[in-house]
Amino acid sequence: MSEQNRTENTDRRDFLKVSAGMAGLAVAPGVLLYGISAHGRAPDEPASAKVRWGMLIDTSKCADGCDECTTACASENGLSGATGPQDSQWIRKMHIKNLQTGAEHNVPMLCQHCENPPCVDVCPTGASMKRADGIVLVDRHICIGCRYCMMACPYKARSFVHEPLAEQNPEVPRGKGCVESCTFCVQRVDRDETPACVEACNKDGHMAIQFGDLNDPDSAIAKAMKAYATTEVRADLGLNTGVRYQGI
Amino acid sequence: MASLRDKLRALALIGALAGLAMAPAMAGQATPAKGKGDKCVEDTDYMRRNHMELLKHHRDKTMHQGIRTTRHSLKGCVECHASAKTGSVAASKDDFCAACHAYAAVKVDCWDCHATKPKAAQAAVPGLSALQSGGQTQ
Repeated sequence: MSEQNRTENTDRRDFLKVSAGMAGLAVAPGVLLYGISAHGRAPDEPASAKVRWGMLIDTSKCADGCDECTTACASENGLSGATGPQDSQWIRKMHIKNLQTGAEHNVPMLCQHCENPPCVDVCPTGASMKRADGIVLVDRHICIGCRYCMMACPYKARSFVHEPLAEQNPEVPRGKGCVESCTFCVQRVDRDETPACVEACNKDGHMAIQFGDLNDPDSAIAKAMKAYATTEVRADLGLNTGVRYQGI
Repeated sequence: MASLRDKLRALALIGALAGLAMAPAMAGQATPAKGKGDKCVEDTDYMRRNHMELLKHHRDKTMHQGIRTTRHSLKGCVECHASAKTGSVAASKDDFCAACHAYAAVKVDCWDCHATKPKAAQAAVPGLSALQSGGQTQ
């Protein structure tokens, strides 16, 4: 083999190495894009009503004995993780059984982020509010802790903080005397990440929870909701929930 | 009469001098710790008088509209002004927020809900770093 050929071979090897490197680099942004919506907005841009954030939970993929979503929620939002009557629970994993057929399902229950939220209707101070992009929140600065919203919510999604707290997550301020509930991890959504429970469920390989923009016909969640029969819990109330279930 | 007026004038002068002498001592009581950066996001004089307005304005925009600029965010204040000793802005009476607020006798309830310490430095997302290093070694 001539000197020239060897040089060519080396070049080809280098070329292959570089190509493989480029492929690796190309995959990384692709994987990152998985969690990024097409609605990335600048920090100074307000949330837009063109977007409506929603969640689709496939109960058939929600595994027995798994608590990834609830623990991820607790660690992201600084909850204790305890499930006593006075402990905050933003997402609860319920087990339901149809007594007639014997069919059993795991149903993660959280704030349903209704389009017409009863909690917002009854709030006397305006602390319960719905953001333009459909996320229902409590403004703790004006919450007086009357708990009227807790009584109005048909999903038992809200909790009240009874004791003083310390060492909160700087991104999730919470304290005694206020009502609170799932925020769809609004601090994460605002930087184009998915809620902690969704990330944990996907990371664990269950893929039971999808999160995305219901108004975008090209989003995975909108496509899934078009393709499969999905259920709104207490659809009879006409609240048009942002959280939908599949398999119940 | 003249002597009385002189005495009064002298008394007033003494009073004024005493006031002047005390002023630095009083001002010296509130000496908040220095922040991390070279200077604050606004002039110090402006911040002393108006920080509460900036924070309130920013909090409403963040809460209701999801605007998350960092210039006037409380989280930004805490990150820069947390003291080296306690790592907090309000854990001891010498910490940044507590020092002035104790001096001015203005009670704030920010810290009932908000963290007084910056978020502990977190490791990068494991999956992400593995991917990136994988891409580089190829």
